[in-house]
Amino acid sequence: MTKLLKLFTGCLAVLVLMAGVAKAEPTKVGFVYVGPTGDHGWTYEHDQGRLAVEKAFGDKVKTTYVENVSEGPDAERVIQQLARSGHDIIFTTSFGYMNPTLKVAKRFPKVKFEHATGFKRADNVSTYSARFYEGRHVIGLIAGKMTKSNVVGYIASFPIPEVVRGINAAYLAAKNVNPAVKFKVIWVSTWLDPGKEADAAKALIDQGADVLMQHTDSPAAIKIAEEKGIVAFGQASNMKSFGPTAQLTSIIDNWGPYYIDRVQAVMDGTWESKDTWDGIAPGMVGILEFSDRIPADVRKMAGDARDAIVAGTLHPFTGPINKQDGSLWLAAGETADDGTLAGMNFYVEGVEGSLPN
Amino acid sequence: MYRLEPRKEISYLLLYLTPVFAIVLTILAGLVLFTLIGKPPLQAISIIFFEPLGDLYAVSEMLVKATPLILIAIGLSFGFRAGVWNIGAEGQFVAGAIAGGSVALGLYEVEGFWVLPLMCLAGILGGMAWAAIPAFLRTRFNANEILVSLMLTYVAILILSLLVHGPLMDPDGMNFPESRIFHDAAVVPILIEGTRAHVGFLAALVAVAAAWFVLSRHIFGFQTKVMGSSPRAARFGGFIENKIIWKCLMLSGGLAGLAGLIETAGPVGQLVPSLPVGYGFTAIIVVFLGRLNPVGILLAGFVMALTYIGGETAQIELNLPKAVTGVFQGMFLFFLLGIDVFTKYRLRHIKPSKTVAGE
Repeated sequence: MTKLLKLFTGCLAVLVLMAGVAKAEPTKVGFVYVGPTGDHGWTYEHDQGRLAVEKAFGDKVKTTYVENVSEGPDAERVIQQLARSGHDIIFTTSFGYMNPTLKVAKRFPKVKFEHATGFKRADNVSTYSARFYEGRHVIGLIAGKMTKSNVVGYIASFPIPEVVRGINAAYLAAKNVNPAVKFKVIWVSTWLDPGKEADAAKALIDQGADVLMQHTDSPAAIKIAEEKGIVAFGQASNMKSFGPTAQLTSIIDNWGPYYIDRVQAVMDGTWESKDTWDGIAPGMVGILEFSDRIPADVRKMAGDARDAIVAGTLHPFTGPINKQDGSLWLAAGETADDGTLAGMNFYVEGVEGSLPN
Repeated sequence: MYRLEPRKEISYLLLYLTPVFAIVLTILAGLVLFTLIGKPPLQAISIIFFEPLGDLYAVSEMLVKATPLILIAIGLSFGFRAGVWNIGAEGQFVAGAIAGGSVALGLYEVEGFWVLPLMCLAGILGGMAWAAIPAFLRTRFNANEILVSLMLTYVAILILSLLVHGPLMDPDGMNFPESRIFHDAAVVPILIEGTRAHVGFLAALVAVAAAWFVLSRHIFGFQTKVMGSSPRAARFGGFIENKIIWKCLMLSGGLAGLAGLIETAGPVGQLVPSLPVGYGFTAIIVVFLGRLNPVGILLAGFVMALTYIGGETAQIELNLPKAVTGVFQGMFLFFLLGIDVFTKYRLRHIKPSKTVAGE
């Protein structure tokens, strides 16, 4: 009997020891990227977020990333491979990873998943995104003031709510300060394809655009803008090195704080599934310093708008706003609710063309 | 001075050993490459080539990746024997996915054992229809099937993109260009519980066996061989060239279409614009790595699949760039073709004759 007891306590001691060792193991954090880390845009900033996690936790974490993962059949295998190789939390950073992420999450209930910009959640799948439309409002104001031809060119990726929202927010802001402004939108059906993005930029310039905006990941458009001597806005990241004079400012994605927060939650055991949608105020969206090329009064106006958004006194979608077909969307003074914004699938009045479908 | 001289007799042993040599040389070159970029060479090679074989999960993933490669390669091998160069299997793959996927979406939530077979049939017909265009243009107008089939690949991919942006888009998908997720009756069943390995792999095995049978026992196999090695003899033998061209393209188109449908209704489970990831092109390497032989193609399909899986693992564990996968696949083909030269030719050292020197 005593022998059995000894064996039992021995086993217990080993177990406790093992638990102790397991605790000392670093938390493994995985990232799946749609582009290369050197895209100087979307993926680059997610990777900066990863590096911020490494910096914050040192050897308490081990981060891994897989880049250039197509949103097709390979995504599920990559996510699954990360889950199998002992990652505690996995960030999948493109909309198209939504279904693969959920499929893998079902098989690995103990692993935490974070899917960027999606709308499907589960007990171990959170979603997160940034209120980029707040940034779009600020650059829309600048665009409205800066255009001489009154044509703003917009390179769009996929007609999902996030992108449509960006077009609407920028257009409303521009229209507010320049009633004659028109937006021309080209859909390139890709997040990252420098060749296509550059072609779209050229086509827009040929159609009279003298200000370019983009919702794609590479700095191709800003490079074209620099060559043609017009102005543009950086996207996701500071793209100044590609358009030293062309870049007026840039919307900066700042994922670091969120990633640190979520990894901490996993370490503390307090992680739970939720939806995060942060804007300029919490710091998830940043506005780069304005270029001197923008007149001082416009700089002040844009800066004030940014400050008002931070203070909560300005909402980029404040009525009266009609939908494109002329029907009423928001009455005077009314602001859009998050539900409608999250599912936005219509243009506002004044935007030309129709959503591709 | 060195000169290449045709060997009088080609050693069959050597011919079949070539792929093995190519793999060995690729691994050696890989060791040098990894040393140069400062990664542990032995560990990297073992991660890419041997680790994936270590557990059931990785093997199952290899089956998933090898299935479309083998199916397409088997189809292509007949044409390549006969000198019918279908380079557009990628397009036929997409056409099959569109046709079969449309059936799944048209019969959304219709239960019935016949749904999946019907989808397979549609996939095969879709691939055949796409391959029929180069077949028709070649036999009727003598248009080069390499160009026609290759260009049609891009057309097929654009049509897929058009459809998932429009009529086939998921109504609840927030406008993202992808179809609904197929319902249960329209999904290829799983072969090994808990993995993604699916019944489609059995189809690939059946294709391998059938191809072996046709090549060794059926007149069509003989015809393709004769036509490839000696078109004139084929004509004297009374084979009708156009018929063989049609058969080759229908076979490769049909199998590529089936592969497309199986990929769509298997691991992906919906129509997405990013469905084509180059299986149709990689399969060309598989055909040659497998020496146009069905069993060889089966093995070569596994090796190719291995480089994909291993390339990803290497990225996760060693932070190697993704380009490694492409580099390895390119090296395979390079060494294979390089060694091939020496199985057919021998290198002879020729001493410059004195009279020449004296002149």
